[in-house]
Amino acid sequence: MAYSEKVVDHFNNPRNMGSFKKGEEGVGTGMVGAPECGDVMKLQIKVQNDTIVDAKFKTFGCGSAIASSSLATEWLKGKTIDEAQKIKNTDIVQELNLPPVKIHCSVLAEDAIKAALADYQKKTDEQPAGTK
Amino acid sequence: MKLPIFLDNHSTTPMDPRVLETMLPYFIEKFGNAASRNHAFGWAAEEAVEQARKQIAKLIKADSKEIVFTSGATESDNLALKGVLEMYKEKGTHIITSSTEHRAVLDTAKSLEAKGLATVTYLPVDKYGMVSSQDVQNAITDKTILISIMLANNEIGTINPIQEIGKIAKARGVLFHCDATQGVGKIPVDVQAMGIDLMSFSAHKLYGPKGVGALYVRKRNPRVRIAAQMDGGGHERGMRSGTLAVPLIVGFGKACDICEQEMATEAARLTKMRDRLQADIMAALEESYLNGHPTNRLPGNLNISFAYVEGESLLMGMKDIALSSGSACTSATLEPSYVLRALGVGTELAHSSIRFGLGRFNSDEEIDYTIKKVIEIVTKLREMSPLYEMAKEGVDLKSVQWAAH
Repeated sequence: MAYSEKVVDHFNNPRNMGSFKKGEEGVGTGMVGAPECGDVMKLQIKVQNDTIVDAKFKTFGCGSAIASSSLATEWLKGKTIDEAQKIKNTDIVQELNLPPVKIHCSVLAEDAIKAALADYQKKTDEQPAGTK
Repeated sequence: MKLPIFLDNHSTTPMDPRVLETMLPYFIEKFGNAASRNHAFGWAAEEAVEQARKQIAKLIKADSKEIVFTSGATESDNLALKGVLEMYKEKGTHIITSSTEHRAVLDTAKSLEAKGLATVTYLPVDKYGMVSSQDVQNAITDKTILISIMLANNEIGTINPIQEIGKIAKARGVLFHCDATQGVGKIPVDVQAMGIDLMSFSAHKLYGPKGVGALYVRKRNPRVRIAAQMDGGGHERGMRSGTLAVPLIVGFGKACDICEQEMATEAARLTKMRDRLQADIMAALEESYLNGHPTNRLPGNLNISFAYVEGESLLMGMKDIALSSGSACTSATLEPSYVLRALGVGTELAHSSIRFGLGRFNSDEEIDYTIKKVIEIVTKLREMSPLYEMAKEGVDLKSVQWAAH
């Protein structure tokens, strides 16, 4: 199967690949997928004043899964929490020109974004009032 | 060295230039129909076909009259299973095969089952992918008419105990079909010694042209009969109608002739290259696992799973090397290789597998390049893998609650 130029570019030059240090302040982590299904995405966001200032990913999966998560981190940076919630898998499909068999990669990326946001939300909610 | 490198010789092989040279006169000059009995054009074609038949028969220690030409191994498999069942259904309708057969056998068996024409036993394989002859023995009933077991597996290269199975089949009076597509021309095949009654193989896997194959059909002890699956002019002793593809058959013959003469040296050379590829990769990369039998395997085959990285991304990272993977990222079901699953390889490791298929035209230089590339890309993708990161931190991946999708 031929990959789109954008998928190849993200695969060869992944953006924001890596992980934040353990216990780093304001980080939300989403981990979705399963090894048996052939793809697992870990997506992390770092939030300051309701804005995502940094994002990182690590992905086990095909080139399209890697590209989808790499693109997601690019899009997340600079967005507010609310804006980030609005990223849809279809946007990723369009941007990367994913063929039908690869749509699940974009779904996974959207799930990872949602999971990271939820994790961040949960962590902030657990903190005592006033320390936000 | 030219890029890309072709290391997918189980899927097909490039034609040997010597084969092409032999074929060329049979397109324009000697274009006759081998069935035309009344003129020189037909005689020339027939002579060429009979010469090829002899070359092919010689490679598998058969008689040239036992070779039935087909379009390829898929047709041969279909013809063997359906043809035997139709011919012998009064005797019984039970077929024994194995779970790691090629789809051409498995799907034919399933289709016969679905139509209510046969009952099929699918034997398991051991952790190396080998069928046990004892299992074959135990599965035979008084309704069994056919055993169909492959010579060597197309994914993992494991070679089955064909001779033992042949003996059992003979002792129980059951016909034995062997899909030998991956093995013929690569390892010695002797239909007499192996007790094979029907055998499928094709030209393009042994440096011949695509579009032609053969079904060996035993003529003596016992005389095997099959019902034709296509109506027509009654070619190939009534077993397979259709004008013979003379140029392709001539090429098939020449390809077999070359294999017969060069097999021993070629197998030794490929084994040496393959062993080096395996040793260097596995020494450099921790948690890489060999799939298939460690020694009883086709000379050019190497199948390795690289834990924590997904196969398709490995292929994508090695764009200038043609390889294949047991990963199923492109399949709608997300099911990885059924062959690897049958050996008990975990789903995640099946997704992480790469098949290297070495062949006649691969060089040591290409193997050097491949070793370097594989180590580079696996290392890079592991850095990118959350699973590798977790494993390094000491997380037991089996204990994690994954959100399956």
